[in-house]
Amino acid sequence: MSDAVTALRGRSFTGMVTVEDAGPVGMVTVRADLADETVRAALAAAGSDLPEAGGLTWSDDGGTLWMSPDEALILCAADEAAQKASALARALDGSHALVADVSQARIVIRLTGRDALVREVLAKLSPADLRASAFPVGRVRRTRLGQVAAAFWFPAEGEAMLICFRSVADYAFALLSNAAAPGSDVGHF
Amino acid sequence: MLLITCPYCEETLPEAEFAYAGQAHVIRPENPSGQSDEQWEEFLFIRENPKGPHFERWRHLHGCGRFFNAVRDTVSDKFLTTYRAGAPRPDLASLGGDAK
Repeated sequence: MSDAVTALRGRSFTGMVTVEDAGPVGMVTVRADLADETVRAALAAAGSDLPEAGGLTWSDDGGTLWMSPDEALILCAADEAAQKASALARALDGSHALVADVSQARIVIRLTGRDALVREVLAKLSPADLRASAFPVGRVRRTRLGQVAAAFWFPAEGEAMLICFRSVADYAFALLSNAAAPGSDVGHF
Repeated sequence: MLLITCPYCEETLPEAEFAYAGQAHVIRPENPSGQSDEQWEEFLFIRENPKGPHFERWRHLHGCGRFFNAVRDTVSDKFLTTYRAGAPRPDLASLGGDAK
């Protein structure tokens, strides 16, 4: 079988922060009423605790992102996505729900550096309120980045993860690299 | 930039994440084939153009993706309220014209 590659093929850029391809990530989308107790219980039993609205659960091997009142995106290792999707589909059998392995639909970009600068790079491109008090670790924000849709969160201070559609990977990477150009900090945060 | 409250995300977010989607509460006829040309014209094309509070649909495009309804004052461009699709029209008098 051919090797899996991401659209960015491991590119990275270092300016005032480092922007890099986070590599292949398994992604499983769940569409169901996330307020429904049966749905929450079924997902928890399958190993995916649902976060509260606007939040995420996160650990080193993956996490669950709240995308909307009826959509959650589960991140896992790339080679576990298919298995995860079928386990979740079994767990939700009988509920009004849809589970799909969408690992190839999107890409993940990681930004690392000084927390204030990471926030500044994103704030240059997105209308989201990126003050640490308004957007702490543990929240996920689905918004836009320049001309395209994107979602991002801070797994830890000084680190941001961003997902966007694979088809706009080049645009998103160039946009972030430009915003992170050396000497372009405005010292807002 | 306007700040708009998405009734599904229950957060007040920047306008750039939202898209306008026309007048709200335009109800599709129950029996479309029983409509006259004039009734179709009314349904498809005739829209209000008020000076003051306007009931309109918005979509949280770069977010949860849902359509919801809003009351916006066309004079001040202030959002008086937003509410979930399918909910009844809020009483304008109770909104008082204060921006949310």
